[in-house]
Amino acid sequence: MIVVEKKPPKDPDTAILERFPKQAGEGLMGKVQARALEQFMRYGIPGKKNERYKYTDVAEILAEGYQAVTAPEHHDFRIEEIFRCDIPTLNTWVFTVLNGFYFEKEDHLQELPGGVLAGGLRQAVRERPDLVEPYLDRYASESSDGLAALNRSFAADGFFLYVPDNAVMEKPVQVINLIRSDREVMVQPRSLVILGKNAQGGLLICDHALTEKRVLSNAVKEFYVGENSSLEITRLQNEHNSMSDISHYFVHQGRNSRVTSTMISLHGGMIRNNLDVKLNGEGAENHALGLFLSDREQHMDHSLFIDHAAPHCTSTQTYKGVLDDEAEGAFEGKILVRPGAQKTEAYQVNKNILLKDTARMNTKPQLEIYADDVKCTHGATVGQLDTESLFYLRSRGIPEYEARMLLMYAFAHEVIREIKIDPLRDRIRELVDRRLRGELPRCHTCFVDYQK
Amino acid sequence: MEKDQDKILREVTDSEYKYGFVSDIEMDMLPKGLNEDVIREISKRKEEPEYMLEFRLKAFRKWQEMEMPHWAHLQIPEIDFQDIIYYASPKKKEGPKSLDEVDPELLKTFEKLGIPLEEQERLAGVAVDAIVDSVSVKTTFQDTLAELGIIFCSISEAIHNHPDLVKKYLGSVVPYNDNYYAALNAAVFSDGSFCYIPKGVRSPMELSSYFRINAANTGQFERTLIIAEEDSYVSYLEGCTAPMRDENQLHAAVVEIIALENAEVKYSTVQNWYPGDKDGKGGIFNFVTKRGICKGDHSKISWTQVETGSAITWKYPSTILKGDHSTAEFYSVAVTNNFQQADTGTKMIHLGKHTKSTIVSKGISAGQSNNSYRGLVKVQKGALNARNFSQCDSLLIGDQCGAHTFPYLEVGNKTAVVEHEATTSKIGEDQIFYLNQRGISTEDAIGMIVNGYAREVLNQLPMEFAVEAQKLLQISLEGSVG
Repeated sequence: MIVVEKKPPKDPDTAILERFPKQAGEGLMGKVQARALEQFMRYGIPGKKNERYKYTDVAEILAEGYQAVTAPEHHDFRIEEIFRCDIPTLNTWVFTVLNGFYFEKEDHLQELPGGVLAGGLRQAVRERPDLVEPYLDRYASESSDGLAALNRSFAADGFFLYVPDNAVMEKPVQVINLIRSDREVMVQPRSLVILGKNAQGGLLICDHALTEKRVLSNAVKEFYVGENSSLEITRLQNEHNSMSDISHYFVHQGRNSRVTSTMISLHGGMIRNNLDVKLNGEGAENHALGLFLSDREQHMDHSLFIDHAAPHCTSTQTYKGVLDDEAEGAFEGKILVRPGAQKTEAYQVNKNILLKDTARMNTKPQLEIYADDVKCTHGATVGQLDTESLFYLRSRGIPEYEARMLLMYAFAHEVIREIKIDPLRDRIRELVDRRLRGELPRCHTCFVDYQK
Repeated sequence: MEKDQDKILREVTDSEYKYGFVSDIEMDMLPKGLNEDVIREISKRKEEPEYMLEFRLKAFRKWQEMEMPHWAHLQIPEIDFQDIIYYASPKKKEGPKSLDEVDPELLKTFEKLGIPLEEQERLAGVAVDAIVDSVSVKTTFQDTLAELGIIFCSISEAIHNHPDLVKKYLGSVVPYNDNYYAALNAAVFSDGSFCYIPKGVRSPMELSSYFRINAANTGQFERTLIIAEEDSYVSYLEGCTAPMRDENQLHAAVVEIIALENAEVKYSTVQNWYPGDKDGKGGIFNFVTKRGICKGDHSKISWTQVETGSAITWKYPSTILKGDHSTAEFYSVAVTNNFQQADTGTKMIHLGKHTKSTIVSKGISAGQSNNSYRGLVKVQKGALNARNFSQCDSLLIGDQCGAHTFPYLEVGNKTAVVEHEATTSKIGEDQIFYLNQRGISTEDAIGMIVNGYAREVLNQLPMEFAVEAQKLLQISLEGSVG
C-alpha cells in the first residue's frame, strides 16, 4: 500500500501560463506536451506546503516575471566565439544547448563511432521518432512535481543522445547548457538520453550563464539505461548569483544496469536539483554523489527520490555541503523500497559543515520501506570542522587557516575522487580548492566573451 | 523448514489483545455530540471556575476553525466528532473517602490490571492516581507526598485548590490553539493529573497514573500538568490499558511539563490500548500532544515510551530546550502488529546555549502494520554549542509490513553538532537459527531478540514498568502468551 502524498486541489498558477504560447506543439512533442499540461494544471507550482519544496520557495522565484524563451533565436556566430571549455586535455564530444535550444552545428543528428547518435531533441523527434517515442516522457510523467510538469508542457528542444546495444563510447559526451540574453529570461531545456543493452557511456553536463542578468532555468533530463548498461553522469554547476537553476533528473534503470551521478555545485544564486531514480530491474545499481559549496545569500537545495521497485538492487547516496555567510542549504533524500523489493541495499549519507552562524542547513533523510529483507541506513550530520583534527594538524606546525583548508578539502574529496574522467577530476579539484579559499567569485575558468 | 517458519511467524504475529475486558460500572454520561452547551455542561458538572470555562470555549471556537492534520503517514478513517461521548464518569454520590466507598467492580478492574492499590502499593512504593473514563477516582499516597509539599492530584482538584498554579502554567507549553487535537482536548478535557514538586524537593517515590478507557464510544481527553520547581526531581509514570471494544475510540490527551532551574523530570509511559483485532477492526485512535519545556538552566526532561497498543498512534513527545545547559532525552519503543499504524517520534527545539538532546527510537513492525518515526531537531541561531544525537532503528518481521523514517534536521548555528543515524533491517535469520540451535523455540527466540533490540530503551524505565513493558513486547508479538 503506497500512500501518495495528498495534495489539496489548488488553482493552477495561470499567470505563469500566460508567458507561454497558447497552442501546443505538433506531433509526438505536442502529444507529450498536452498530457503534461494536464498534469501541471493538477499539481500547480509547488508551494511551501509541498513536502519536497518545504525549504525552497519556488513560487516566489517564478513570480519574478521572467520572459520565457519559446523559440530558438537566430544567431550568426559560431559557439566557439562565445564560449569554450578550457579544461586542458579534456577529450570529449562537445554539444551546446543555448537558451534551452540545441545549438545546431549541422541540421541533422550526428553519428559518433559505434552507432551512437547525438544532437538536438527536435532533430531526433523529426529524424528518429522510432527511437524517441518509446522513451520520451515515460518516467518523467510518473512524477507529481509541478515544476517538472511545467517544463514538460512547454519545452520543445534540448539534447538527445542514443547509445545502441553493445556500444561502448570511446570518450564522454559533454553537454554545455548556456544562457545568453540581455533580458531576464526563463529557459526550459529538455533532454533525453537512452542507453540500450550492454552499452556504456559517459556524460559531462556543464551549466553556465553568460549574462549578468537575472535568469531562470527549469530543466528536465531523462535517462533510460537498459539491461547491463552503465552510465557515468558528471555535472558541474558554476553559475553566478543572479541565476536560479531548477533541474529535474529522471533516471530509469533496467536489470543489472549501473548509473553513477556526481553533482558539483560551486556557484549559483538559487539551485534546486531533483534527482529521481527508479531501479526497475533486478540487480540495478545507482550511486548518487553531490557536493555543494555555498556562500553569501546562495540557496542550494538537493532533493533525491530513490525508488527501489525491483529486488536485489543497490543504491548509495553521498551528499556533502559547505555553507558560509548567509547561505541556506537543504537536502532531502527519500528511499522508497516497494513491496517485494527484497534484498535491497540502500545507504545514504548527508554531511554538512556550517562555517558561520548566519548559515542555515535543513536536512531530511527519509526511509519508506515496505519489504522486510532489506538493509537500509541513512545518516545525516550538521556540524563544524572536527576540533580534534584541527588541533592535531596545528600541533604539527600547520597554521590554522591551512589546517582548516586541509580538512575542508578532505571533506570535499570524498565526492570528487569518484569522478572518473581524470582531467575533469583534476580541474574540479582545483576549482573546489580555489572556491574554498574564496578565490573563485564565479566561473572564470572558461573563456567567456560578454561583448558578443 | 521455510514453511514451518512462516507458520510460526504467522502465529506469533496473530495473537490477540490480552487486556480486553469490560468492567461493568455504572456510568454517568453526557449524550453524544459536541457543541458549546456540552462544554458548558462539562464545566458545570465539574463545578469549574469561570476562567476554565473561558479557556475551554476559546479552545472550542479555535478548534472549529481548524482542520484535521493529514501530514502524518497514517490512513485515518473519517472521525465523526458528533458521535462521541465527551464526558463519562463512574457514578458516585460523594467523593470516596476510603476504599470501602469505591465501587467494588472498579476495584476488581484495578485488580485485573494489577494496579497496586491499597496494601500492595505501599510495598511497591507507587503513588497511583487512577483515572477511569475521565474522572480521577482515588489518589493514593497524597498524605505522604503532602508532607513534602508535593501536590499530586487530579487536575480538577488542582483547578479548585491551586488556581494560581493552574492559571500560570496550563496551556503555557501546549497552547489551546497548538494543533487540532490539542485544541479539542483544551475544549473538552475531563480530567487528568496534576503534579507540583516544590523547590529543592526530590520526590521519594515514582508518581504513577493509570488511564483506562472504559465505556463504549467515549473519548478520553485527559490533561496532565507537571511542574518541577528549582532543584527538584520527579519520576512520573503513566500506563494505559483499555477494554476491548469494536468501535474505534478516540483518545486525545495533552501533557505539559515545566522544568525550572536544575529540575529534572522523568516521564515514562507504557501505552497498551486496544489495537483492534487481527483484521484491523476497532481499536483506539491515540492522538496525543506531549510537550515539555526546560525553562531553567541545567534542567532536564526525559521521555521514555513503550508504545504497543492503539490502532493509530499520532504522538510526538517534544522538548523545548530553553535554559542554558539543559538536557532532553527521548527513548522510544514502538511495536505495531496486524493492521496497526504508528507515526511517532519527537521534536527537540534547541534555544539555549550548550543544550543537549538524545533521541533513541526503536520501531518494530509485524503483520500488515506501518510504523513511522518522525522527528525534528531544530537548532536556533543563538543555541551555541547545541548537541544532538539521534538513532532510529527499525526492525521488520514479515514482508507485509512497513517501516519508515522521516527525520528533519534544521540547523542554524555553526557550533551545533547534529547527528542522525537510522537503520532498517529484518529480524536476523542467523540469530533465530542460533537460538533454535540452543533449543529455544522460534517464538521465544523472536521474543528474546526483540527484547534485546529494545533493551537500550527498556533500561530507561523504572523497575516495575520495565517488567511490564517486557511482557507487553512479548504479548504484542507472540501467540503463546495471553
